[in-house]
Amino acid sequence: MAVSGLLFIGFVLGHMYGNLKAFAGEESFNEYAHHLRELGTPMLPYEGFLWIMRVGLIAAVIVHIACAVALWSRAAKARPVKYAVKKNRGSSISSRTMRWGGLTLLLFIVWHLLNFTIVKINPSNGDTGGENPYALVVDTFDTWWMTIIYLVAMVALGLHLHHGTFSSLQTLGLTNSATSRARARAAGWVVAIVVAGGFSLVPLSVLVGIIEK
Amino acid sequence: MAAGTHYLPGLTPTNEPSVQKSDDAAGFYELGEKLVDDKAPTGPIEERWTTRKFENRLVNPANRRKLDIIIVGTGLAGGAAAATLGEAGYNVKSFCYQDSPRRAHSIAAQGGINAAKNYKEDGDSTYRLFYDTVKGGDYRSRESNVYRLASESANIIDQCVAQGVPFARDYGGLLDNRSFGGVQVSRTFYARGQTGQQLLLGAYQAMERQVAAGTVEAFTRHEMLELIVVDGKARGIVARDMVTGDIETHLADVVVLASGGYGNVFYLSTNAMGSNVTAAWRAHRKGAYMANPCYTQIHPTCIPVTGAHQSKLTLMSESLRNDGRIWVPKRVEDCEKDPRQIAEDDRDYFLERIYPSFGNLVPRDIASRAAKYMCDEGRGVGPEIEELQPDGTTKKVRRGVYLDFKDAIERLGKHGVEEKYDNLLDMYERITGENPYEVPMRIYPAVHYVMGGLWVNYELQSNIEGLFVTGEANFSDHGANRLGASALMQGLADGYFVLPNTIREYLADGPFEKVDENDPAVVEALTSVKERVAKFLSIQGTRSVESYHKELGAIMWEYCGMERTEEGLKLAIQKIRDLRADFWTNVKVLGASDNINQDLEKAGRVADFLELGELMCIDALNRRESCGGHFRAESQTEDGEALRHDDEFAYVAAWEWGGDSNDGGQPVLHKEDLIYTAIEMKQRSYK
Amino acid sequence: MKLTLKIWRQENPTATGAIHTYELDGVSKDMSFLEMLDLLNEQLVTSGEEPVAFDSDCREGICGMCSLMINGEAHGPEVTTTCQLHMRSFNDGDTITIEPWRAEPFPVLKDLVVDRSAFDRIIQAGGYISANTGSAPEANSVPAPRDKAMRAFNVATCIGCGACVAACPNGSASLFMGAKITHLGELPQGQPERWSRVVDMVGQHDHEGFGGCTNIGECASACPKEIPLDVISQLNKDLRTALKNGH
Repeated sequence: MAVSGLLFIGFVLGHMYGNLKAFAGEESFNEYAHHLRELGTPMLPYEGFLWIMRVGLIAAVIVHIACAVALWSRAAKARPVKYAVKKNRGSSISSRTMRWGGLTLLLFIVWHLLNFTIVKINPSNGDTGGENPYALVVDTFDTWWMTIIYLVAMVALGLHLHHGTFSSLQTLGLTNSATSRARARAAGWVVAIVVAGGFSLVPLSVLVGIIEK
Repeated sequence: MAAGTHYLPGLTPTNEPSVQKSDDAAGFYELGEKLVDDKAPTGPIEERWTTRKFENRLVNPANRRKLDIIIVGTGLAGGAAAATLGEAGYNVKSFCYQDSPRRAHSIAAQGGINAAKNYKEDGDSTYRLFYDTVKGGDYRSRESNVYRLASESANIIDQCVAQGVPFARDYGGLLDNRSFGGVQVSRTFYARGQTGQQLLLGAYQAMERQVAAGTVEAFTRHEMLELIVVDGKARGIVARDMVTGDIETHLADVVVLASGGYGNVFYLSTNAMGSNVTAAWRAHRKGAYMANPCYTQIHPTCIPVTGAHQSKLTLMSESLRNDGRIWVPKRVEDCEKDPRQIAEDDRDYFLERIYPSFGNLVPRDIASRAAKYMCDEGRGVGPEIEELQPDGTTKKVRRGVYLDFKDAIERLGKHGVEEKYDNLLDMYERITGENPYEVPMRIYPAVHYVMGGLWVNYELQSNIEGLFVTGEANFSDHGANRLGASALMQGLADGYFVLPNTIREYLADGPFEKVDENDPAVVEALTSVKERVAKFLSIQGTRSVESYHKELGAIMWEYCGMERTEEGLKLAIQKIRDLRADFWTNVKVLGASDNINQDLEKAGRVADFLELGELMCIDALNRRESCGGHFRAESQTEDGEALRHDDEFAYVAAWEWGGDSNDGGQPVLHKEDLIYTAIEMKQRSYK
Repeated sequence: MKLTLKIWRQENPTATGAIHTYELDGVSKDMSFLEMLDLLNEQLVTSGEEPVAFDSDCREGICGMCSLMINGEAHGPEVTTTCQLHMRSFNDGDTITIEPWRAEPFPVLKDLVVDRSAFDRIIQAGGYISANTGSAPEANSVPAPRDKAMRAFNVATCIGCGACVAACPNGSASLFMGAKITHLGELPQGQPERWSRVVDMVGQHDHEGFGGCTNIGECASACPKEIPLDVISQLNKDLRTALKNGH
């Protein structure tokens, strides 16, 4: 779980960085999108790198979900009778919402892939399969409710990363002192704010007109 | 030298056997024959244990797995013995009333464990530890036993370190130790204020390892309710499964009682709620002698009682007396005041005043009694408590004296005090809700440990063959008073090193013929327990078990506590008899016997305390001298100091059960003379 | 003080339990929480109702026998054991809900009493150092670095009460296990069995039916002995090393 989670952290950091290309304009962004497909050629075939990434991510998703299901079911079996009253004292919202937050993210990712990768649904006009990624981004986030969906998803992602970053370091046994634990907690904050904040910049900028066609 | 000489050939005794002239307890007991420990060793003191270990026979490893040992109790003595005997390959069955062996009350010991390692090169030695222990016990212990204890002390530390006990260490990574309880050498090893916990967890883990190995079977939530004696030999126990209520017989070749002390006879003590005398008392009723039952240690630095609701008392390490100053107001009318408003001149630092050379560091019993006197005079502090008076009426008394860190804070700074005592001061604040850095703490003595217990010979075997008794449950090593940090030492010495070497002499006669479940003695024991349980549930009177325990405790504390008088003890005996008679007709125990029933468990324990309490009073009445933790008002110097009578009482009082006094029974006293060859008796003085 | 107590009552392990409500008057601020329950029981006995069963022994915060989920917090609102929790932490008129530890490996035996023998079995699986009596070398022949010895001591203060399990949303005993693994793993004497210990203890833990750790942290904040969360990290690290080395 920790290893697949760290893989996702690396991925979302890279993905977020790529998205910021939107600020450099249509040409630059589309060039980046195209470049991703050509990365590693001619050593790799066209989209080869992308497929390696995709296969890796799909495998990580499977592992991550399998672990989550196993933990969830163990937890359910470990406490079949619930407390009538239960307070939370040492946990954060993020640590308590990992499971529902993870499910939310899963649903979001399905939509996100339909939106930008597989079907390329343009929510502003219902078109599919467009070949201009930049235009698709702008059209999507010009739709106010799409922006809200994405922003909500980023809140979920931020929460997931906030605990997930710390938790993965703890699970890997890297937080054996109060100091290293505090650092891991700080890392959780940094990753959460940078990733969720970075991702949110594009939709917000589209909505307020900083990024436009 | 009739009793002494025959087992000490070639040695010169330093004292004569005593001849008792007084007979305060006349009419309450019968005098039996003198008792001689026929297993007492001979030869120079430093060779006695080594020789004995060699002379005791070995048990063939192939025979060991055919020998069954029952051990009752899983504290330091019981846990260590279970682990060691399991390692040796015997079949061990271990019993405890708690839900896990790790919870035995040894866990609560704070200060440390003594060992004659002489790591500080400050003149310590086995002989000095032996000497201090015999002297601290006011010359009422057996010298051979104590010397053995001192000589095994160093091995205990080695063993515990190997098990992973995290003792305090210095910067070089070697073991640290400190001086403790007024001793002038540093020989107390410690793990912050939780030494007992760490030592017990070491023994517990060693025992659990044997459980995994299959040599030890652990019966938790099981309480021993009867001893099975077949043909004069202890061959098993009857125990109640406290979860299912099943009353079971467990048979074995030998029974070890490591069931701890009986301080809870006083109701309020520093013992655990479940600590009880039942295992030992059932053995006593089957013939095992109870020795020196009146020897009780009262610890001066406990948190005082706050009201009638109090269920137990909490000890604070007496190391607090190193820096705290003890006082009460000079005037009775100041006792209600906020202590910070009482001027320096109006404070009576009574220990410093009466004992100028030792001051606040006088021994436990002296500090305790002095505090009691101050409160009796009406100069106690803290809340007023309703208290039973000698004439049977009740009176409101403040039971507490101040332990003040003001000067220490000025001298060491608040930070300095925090470093040394923080965990203790925190604990005080948690319990009382008062901040000891601002308001002086209040302390009062409380029952802490009993030196008395079942009589055992040098081999730790009681007068019932096949019944061994270890740790606080036996009487053997502390005499009339125990030194600080010596209880842990004795428990572990008995469990790891002494019992395993003495029990093999007994077991070498095995394998023994198995006892049949249908043997009349087994059936009788089982039936008697079942009848007793049924009896508790059938009385259906009007008073709770708890209320009887509280009343017994009040009687014991008033008349058989820090100061004992002939008049008071006689009154107490009568009161206890009346209370016991009432208990058996008027106690109210609800619920059933076939599942957890904590009132039923308690009823059995209180019933036994009601018999023990009487014997303690008779023992205290008979011993018209003051020694160690036993102070008879009739035996004191002109200055009010304890006065021993070696010519009359240098003996172990071993009492034989003679039937319930309410049915006309009387205990029988057997005296075992204490003869010293390696040490000379001296009166102590702390002025 | 006057209180309303809502207490879980259950006749035996197989019976269905329910929360019963009791009114209790005459509670003093100086009482410990358990003395307050003693008072209730005294009152119940008088009225002919069977007293509430609950565990306690030393009543000075060290034996680990007492438990109780008090208003949804293990050992109640302070950082201490139930036996050292005092009624001054509550107010006149309060309603207090008292439940047993809830976990499948801690079955309820009666009312508020649970069976924690699963902890003993985890220790049996490897929570010890194998050192037969008599085999020990001279204590000072193996120095132990002071900082490591201090860390070992700090986590060895675990009292095995089970509050970590009770508080954990996953019902995991990782803090309990991590404390023992860290204690023994920090000492030179604990090295020979270090890797097998962690594998065996974790195996037993999972076998007992405790949940998996997701590093939420409720355990450490419920721990009356303030065992820090880093023992779980240590547990994970040792487990990783052990598995890598083929244990």
